[in-house]
This record gives sequence, C-alpha cells and structure tokens, in this order.
Amino acid sequence: MKPVTRIQSRTAVLADENIDTDRIIPARFLTTTTREGLGRVCFNDWRYRSDGSDDPAFPLNAPEARGCEILVAGRNFGCGSSREHAPWALLDYGVRAVLSSEIADIFRNNALKNGLLAIVVGAAEHRWLLDHPGVELAIDVCGQTITRPGADPIHFELEPFARHCLLEGVDQLGFLLHHTDAIREFESRVEEAA
Amino acid sequence: MNAPRTLFDKIWDTHVVVAETADTPAILYIDLQLVHEVTSPQAFDVLRAQGLKVRRPGRTLATLDHSIPTMPAAADGERPYATPAAKAQVAQLEANCREFGVELHSWDSAERGIVHVIGPELGVTQPGTTIVCGDSHTSTHGAFGALAFGIGTTEVGHVLATQCLLQRKPKTLAIHVDGELPAGVGAKDLILHVIGRIGVNGGTGHVIEYRGAAIEALSMEARMTVCNMSIEAGARAGLIAPDDTTFAWLQGRPRVPRGAAWDVAVANWRELKTDAGARYDREVHIDARDVKPTVTYGTHPGMAIALDAPVPAAHDAIEQRALDYMQAAAGKPMQGTPVDVVFVGSCTNGRLPDLREAAHVLRGRRVAKNVRMLVVPGSEAVRRDAEAEGLHEVFRAAGAEWRMPGCSMCIAMNGDMAQPGQLVVSTSNRNFEGRQGKGARTVLASPATAAASAVAGVIADPRVYLAEEQAA
Repeated sequence: MKPVTRIQSRTAVLADENIDTDRIIPARFLTTTTREGLGRVCFNDWRYRSDGSDDPAFPLNAPEARGCEILVAGRNFGCGSSREHAPWALLDYGVRAVLSSEIADIFRNNALKNGLLAIVVGAAEHRWLLDHPGVELAIDVCGQTITRPGADPIHFELEPFARHCLLEGVDQLGFLLHHTDAIREFESRVEEAA
Repeated sequence: MNAPRTLFDKIWDTHVVVAETADTPAILYIDLQLVHEVTSPQAFDVLRAQGLKVRRPGRTLATLDHSIPTMPAAADGERPYATPAAKAQVAQLEANCREFGVELHSWDSAERGIVHVIGPELGVTQPGTTIVCGDSHTSTHGAFGALAFGIGTTEVGHVLATQCLLQRKPKTLAIHVDGELPAGVGAKDLILHVIGRIGVNGGTGHVIEYRGAAIEALSMEARMTVCNMSIEAGARAGLIAPDDTTFAWLQGRPRVPRGAAWDVAVANWRELKTDAGARYDREVHIDARDVKPTVTYGTHPGMAIALDAPVPAAHDAIEQRALDYMQAAAGKPMQGTPVDVVFVGSCTNGRLPDLREAAHVLRGRRVAKNVRMLVVPGSEAVRRDAEAEGLHEVFRAAGAEWRMPGCSMCIAMNGDMAQPGQLVVSTSNRNFEGRQGKGARTVLASPATAAASAVAGVIADPRVYLAEEQAA
C-alpha cells in the first residue's frame, strides 16, 4: 500500500443514510477475479439511466462534483455485504476519502486496508459538511484533523495501527508474517492441549 | 477468583496469539476459514505473488454458492451460468483450491451448498471456535457459540497465509428475549422485530449475544436465522450459548469428535456461557410475546413492522424516498400489498425446517396466478432431505419452481432476479434498493409468510392458513 498522509480536495455529498455496499457496487459485478477497473460500475444502478447514459439525478454526476476526491455521505455508510469490491470501486472511481457520522465496521476496515480514508466525524461537523457541498477540505492523517474554510478544524479518531499503516504504507500481511513464531507457538500449545 | 466473563470474552481470550496494545490490534487465531468463489480470487493472487502457501489447508473449506446457476446442467453437461465471467470465476476457485491444497465442495460434491449451511451440516462449525469468511453472513455460525464474522478479501488473504487476523476487541451487546413466541411466529419474525427495535446500525462495533427463554427454546436452524441477521443490525457477530439443543444437533455430524473425545468436547462446551455477574457494554430487553409476523416496508432491514401494523410516516426526505421506492403508503399495513415474486431460500432461511414451514402452508394449495415462486434449498443435503420427505412435490404441485442449491435470488448475481418494479416477498436477509435486481422491491419475511403471500397473491398473514387447518 502506498502511504496516505494528506488529501486535499473539494467535497461531493451523497446525503442518503445507510448507503449499503450493494448500492456502491451491485452484486452482479462481483464476478471479477481482479481488483481493477471497478470505478466504471461504482454506484452503477444509481448513476446511469437504463440507456447507459449518466443520470443527472445522481449527485456525483453534477459537473461540480467531478474530480472531487472527498465524499461526504449520510449516516451508516457502507452497511451490508462485506465485499471489498466497494472500496476498490470507490478508489477506482476517484474517491480517496469518505466522511460520515457513522461508517459500518466491515466497510471501514476494508477501506483503510486499501488506503481509502474512512473517517467518522461528530454529528455537528457532519451536519456542517452535508450543508456545505463542494467545500475545499484538507485531511491530515498524521494530525488527525480536517481543515475547512471559515470554521474550526475537525478532529477525528483513527485507530492507531490503521493510522500508522496509512502513514508508512505498511503491508499488514507483512506485519502478521513477522509474528510467525508466535503463531507457531500458539498452534503447538493448543494442539498439545487437545 | 477470576473476574466473571461473557461468552464472547471466553472465546476471544482463548484465541489471542498476541495481545492488543495501544498501538497494535490483537493477533487473533482463526480456527476455520470458509471460502467461496466471489471474495477469494484476489486473496489467492496475493499469496501467489508473494510466494506464500495456505498456512493450514485443513482449517480452510471452500464451496460454490454465490454466483452459480440453480438450474440443472444441460444434457451436454454445460451449466447455465449467467455470464462467462461467472463461469470463469468458478473455474478460478477450482484452480486455486487445487494449487493451494484446499478442500473444495464443487459440483461433484454431495455436500456442496451455501457456505453458512454446509459448515454446520458437516460439523466443522463448533462451539468455542473462531470462524471467518469473506461474507458478512458468517455471523450465522454464532448460533453454535462460535465467534464468527465476515471479513474483506484482504483479510481472507491474511487468514489464508497466517491463520490469523488483526483485530481490536469489539464491544458486547446482550439482547435478552424473554417470554415465549406466540403461535405462528418464528425466528425470522423475531430477528426482524429486533432489528426494527435497535436499528440497522444498532449493533455497530458490537458482538451481540442473544439470550433468554425465547432464544433457548429455538431449534438450531431457528438460532441460525437469528444470528445470520446480526450483521443487518450492523453487528460484527451474533452469539448464542451452546446447550443440549446444540450438542444434540451436532452429535454424529461428519467432522465432530466421536466416542470419548465427544464427551470431552461437550464437557468443555458446557463452560461456554456468560458467567453470572459478567458485564456487557449494552443490554436490550425484548418481550417475545410482542412479536407478530413481521415484514420490512422500506429499503433496509431496520424498516420492519408487524405485517398488520400501519407503515410509519416518513420522518425525513430519506425515509420518504425509501417509501416511494417501495411504493409503500404511510398509514396502511403491508398486508394486502400485491406480490409478483416469492423467494424461499438463502443462508437465512434455506434449511430443512424453513422449507417444511413453507410447504406446510402450500400443501393442497396453489401459488396465485401471476405470482412466480422459487424455492431454493440451502445445500445438497437440504435438497436430498427435502426430496426424501416429498417437499419438492408439494412445491411443484403448488406451482413453485424447485431449484438446485445456491444463494440465488438473495444476492441475484446468478441470473435469478426480479424485474424492475416487481415486488418480491423474500426469506433472505437484505431489502436494499436493487438487491434482487435493478428496481426490484424486496419485502423480507419468514418462510410461512412468504408461502402465505404466494398463495394469496398479496402479502398475507400465515396464521390465517394455520387457523384454517385447525378448523378443518
């Protein structure tokens, strides 16, 4: 994973609550065997009309939403299926950070492992972000702050190990493999007891 | 004396390889990983790229379920896959399992089926173990007192390579269900009622332990239905303490201990319950007597109500959008809503008692004209058992389609899907927009309610049919 230290971008807003991973990427696109190229079908059934053209009713199709790397979403973003195709699709679509007042556990875990910043902010700050689409934000992973114009910076919590992995680009599989001796000891202890 | 611990604490504590610190999560040992075709190919690729092996192939079990057709093969052996990509993905799983030495229940296996149906059937799902799968409904296995949860594909790779996961300890939520469920009301009604109470995000960050008299009275299949939908409240996992019902269900299954080893295992499993005085982070009390046949009316499983209760008015534009999508009217009950498709199956309700429940309503009746009904057994074993009892004949006589095992219309990625605007009464677990096909409207329900709705052609109360029988 490449290090992720700072993201600066305007925001795009999807205010719906409970945007589930089926909406982020419908299941029929999960027959792929790679991680690549899923941006094309990100939000597929919300984003396109039945003739395949962009649906102007989808907020991220608006001209001012183009190129925005920070998505502000309604409460409980990413609920539902554990499909990691959801963060893969968002990243490939150009989203590098998702901000919400609540983010579902598995999605958040999957996102952070792929360098997609899934950040939970307080209810008041969330309201402000929903009410200010297109605002320019700077997310500082090291300082755990979001700078916004005309208001105080937003502090956010980030699990310390996830933060370390983002900043240093740590491969978590490498971290686990580094503990192979402890895993072997655990296995022999448990299997002796059995 | 040791401090009192919850069931969750006990399982967690025995699986910590390296304890968590402020800076690093715990390294947690995983006893069993279940694998299917959809969320594993990229994980095997990582192993291949890094020259790694599957650390414990014996703790890994694979099956085909998500994207496979539920129609039989043609005379030439060709299977009716929805797309060439679906076929290629299955071939990739077969190749990966061969290369890495993983046991796969493919088309030729008499034990193939939905991953959360075959784990328990084979007896690889055991109390006190840790189980993961690249599928959020892994919470199903918690019915046996196993700590079981869904993970993403990156973590599938971690477990393949190291048999371990990096995990922060979640919080605990006790859901006490006291009293007795009324006649004609089952586990699906109960869990929809619970999610309706605590909300679609009510369990986020928590492992739920279901307890109380109403839970203890449930069969194993019913407990699986309850734990299966823990994720629909946002919880990582659901747990039920193992008891004599659990042990009786497991005894004699292919992969459980035998003879003296069985007795030792049961003695250990009896310790797997929350100690008196142990603290949960949160507790919720539900009275089972309040539960009625329950259905969803919106676009997530937390939008659930008794089928005869009026649909609540929308509180905001987002809820109104959900009602509009469902074409549901505030103030009117869901009962009586015209139905296009009925689906009985899935890891939530695709087991033998679920099929019996649906067949019980359908016996001697017909699926209404204009309603299409699919019945999809959860596994080859369920299919065999159902056919041995003649349930398939009941379904066919009623005008329903009897299919081969798989996830089918629950996830609608194998070609089994509804058309835009169609209303599906489904025994599955998710009623998200488009889940069962673009524009399809899903109403989650029990097998009995689904069958009653198929007969009536509108969402119907199964207790009416059960009462008719008693009167007859």
